[in-house]
Amino acid sequence: MTGTGTEQVLLTVEGITKAYPGVVANSNVSFRIMEGEVHALLGENGAGKSTLVKMIYGLVKPDTGRMTLRGQAYTPAEPRAARASGVAMVFQHFSLFEALNVAENVALGMENPPPQGELSARIRQVSEEYGLPLDPSRLVGDLSAGERQRVEIIRCLLQEPKLLIMDEPTSVLTPQEVDILFTTLRQLSAEGRAILYISHKLEEIRTLCDEATILRRGKVVATCTPREKSARELAELMVGETLTPPARTGKAPGPVALDVTGLSVNSPNPFGTSLKNVHLTVQRGEILGIAGVAGNGQDELLLALSGELKSDSDAVKIDGRGVGHLGPNARRAAGLVAAPEERLGHAAAPDMSLTENALLSGAIRKGLVKHGMIDWVRTKTFAEGIVKAFDVRTPGVGTAARALSGGNLQKFVIGRELSQDPAVIVVNQPTWGVDASAAAAIRQALIDRAAAGAAVIVISQDLDELLEIADRFCALNGGRLSAPRPVQGLTVDEIGLMMGGSHGMEVAHAHA
Amino acid sequence: MSLGGIDLVVLIASLMVASTPIMLAAIGELVAEKAGSLNLGVEGMMIIGAICGFIAAVETGSPVLGFVAAAAGGAVMALLFAFMTQVLLSNQVATGLALTLFGLGLSSLLGQGYNGIKPPPTPKLFGSLGDLPVVGPIVFGHNWVVYLSLILVAGTWAVLKYTRAGLVLRAVGENHDAAHALGYRVRTVRTLALMYGGACAGVGGAYLSLVRVPQWTEGMTAGAGWIALAIVVFASWKPWRVLLGAYIFGGVTVLQLRLQAAGIAIPVQILSTAPYLITILVLVIMSARRGRAAQGAPASLGRVFHASH
Repeated sequence: MTGTGTEQVLLTVEGITKAYPGVVANSNVSFRIMEGEVHALLGENGAGKSTLVKMIYGLVKPDTGRMTLRGQAYTPAEPRAARASGVAMVFQHFSLFEALNVAENVALGMENPPPQGELSARIRQVSEEYGLPLDPSRLVGDLSAGERQRVEIIRCLLQEPKLLIMDEPTSVLTPQEVDILFTTLRQLSAEGRAILYISHKLEEIRTLCDEATILRRGKVVATCTPREKSARELAELMVGETLTPPARTGKAPGPVALDVTGLSVNSPNPFGTSLKNVHLTVQRGEILGIAGVAGNGQDELLLALSGELKSDSDAVKIDGRGVGHLGPNARRAAGLVAAPEERLGHAAAPDMSLTENALLSGAIRKGLVKHGMIDWVRTKTFAEGIVKAFDVRTPGVGTAARALSGGNLQKFVIGRELSQDPAVIVVNQPTWGVDASAAAAIRQALIDRAAAGAAVIVISQDLDELLEIADRFCALNGGRLSAPRPVQGLTVDEIGLMMGGSHGMEVAHAHA
Repeated sequence: MSLGGIDLVVLIASLMVASTPIMLAAIGELVAEKAGSLNLGVEGMMIIGAICGFIAAVETGSPVLGFVAAAAGGAVMALLFAFMTQVLLSNQVATGLALTLFGLGLSSLLGQGYNGIKPPPTPKLFGSLGDLPVVGPIVFGHNWVVYLSLILVAGTWAVLKYTRAGLVLRAVGENHDAAHALGYRVRTVRTLALMYGGACAGVGGAYLSLVRVPQWTEGMTAGAGWIALAIVVFASWKPWRVLLGAYIFGGVTVLQLRLQAAGIAIPVQILSTAPYLITILVLVIMSARRGRAAQGAPASLGRVFHASH
């Protein structure tokens, strides 16, 4: 055990600066990691965490500053060199290949992989050892998100790393799967391996990590021992301001606006999840939160509700009228608006201006097209109204959607839908990749719309978000929707079970 | 053995010859597409190979040097495509179409003065073994390029399936962002794959001008490159199906020629379209059953790779 007793410094980072055109991603960042330590890197989206770890992993070169690994100068020119020095990384958006099998995926992340047969045996052995069972011959495309993460972790572990970097590892896991992961990580730490753990989830960091470095706008603003701080203190260090939770009004919900009965649709994506017999109703003035681990049918549910996927006429009813057989425009006319997860390319056309993007979804409800001719004056006014009302930071409405930052574009997309005076609103991951204050604004806007009499469905993988704004809560698991329950009185364990428990994965068998 | 006045042995032997150019071009394009780059310039690379091979063979008197020059010519064309699409990040479809037009034009320019010349003959590899009954014409009766094409199909299959280089190539075609994040050089892999594709297409083109026809005429590839592209797709990016597809196409081509010669009462136009229709029909039926994943289309095919960090 190197983690206890004699404390050895594993990695030091001194005065690292990295600038991109227009943004300083990291400015004079310094911290150090001990052997066997679980070190948290905490910060909001855009605080520079990812850039920092990409430099440690050799994907990006720092402009200035230096790093040492076990006392030696450490300047990885590429990930290969980093891996050779004992640094491994599990990515936030998995770096896996869906059409290849587990063993092939693992081999791609290794320098000198043994032949396939031998490698498969080692994958089995190591995965059993750490309580993460995996079948080496399965296609990665067929695995759940939790299992995919195992592939990444096993790939790293086979290299015997001294430092394991984990970028937001729990964002795709159920609470039970998080427990399994934490058990594995503690086992690794006990073996003397250091872990650099990146997250913005405070409770996780308080449970797992020994030390924390907090980044804000590319700078280190604090170092602390997370167990000694409250989640609120950590959050305020991270955000740099006090946050106001969204305000609710306790109005009783109105009549049912959206009624979904026995909705089953096939996924258009070969690795997607088909919806199986989904039932739900949403009343006016109510927010229904739908949780679930990524890839359990969220995208398909949004498509089926927005009209991109069609179903039987009576499977989807708006205000009592069957619309299941209608496409998106007809459903917009009937009062349903939707904002999908993918901002660029699905919710917005990347190379078109904000005005044009406003027209694309607002044309029908806002009457922007007359006799086949576009009323550009009204369209521009509409777009400007969205920009103003939702505080979208942009040089003007003529700017291409691609040029906006993720958070600003998300505010525009949500604003565009909410500004159409809809009866039913469906949003998927409304605050994904959006900074805390913009996320708070979006949540408040959704609550305000519900208070004004709209029926709102929020599909999200962020449980805290759902618990904060939803009135009722249900979860998608393998394309099936659990029965909705009132949010008040729900426990995290119950939520975890609704999300599918540990997806049949076993808890790590501790071994001495 | 004969059927309706058509000798089956001769038919099989000649279909192997007729299929070779398409098979070569298709197996090369398969590798390029497996790496994720869609090069629609196969036709242009073939015709450049046809004229480069023809000129080199005529000037040196050596068909082997001709085929080497053809491979080089095709590879240079592919390198041009790689430079435009991988470095300048141009649109792959438009660039591929331009490459075809460019190749057709450049080949007629290069081919000025080579019309009506006969190239040096490419000898049969096994000499008198080819005179054996039945197996002679089919197994031993060909020149070396036919065997090379079969070896390339087998080799491509084995490399893609069993070697690390093949795995990296498939990974790059499947998810170039992930491959980049793991530290693989996406552009280098794609450029090499494209050049292999160009070299194969070039040899395929030279096979037309040096063996199959054998002489130089403008636009002599006559759409063979497009058929090769179609075969790759309908073969679900699987090397053995490329062989099958090419042989079906070659077989029906030869067969319809014989049927025409035998004076069968079917309009010539219908017979001439038969190879295209039947090849595509067979491969569509084979690939129609399952979804994209099972068909093996590389997920990053045709997408522009731009390293964002």
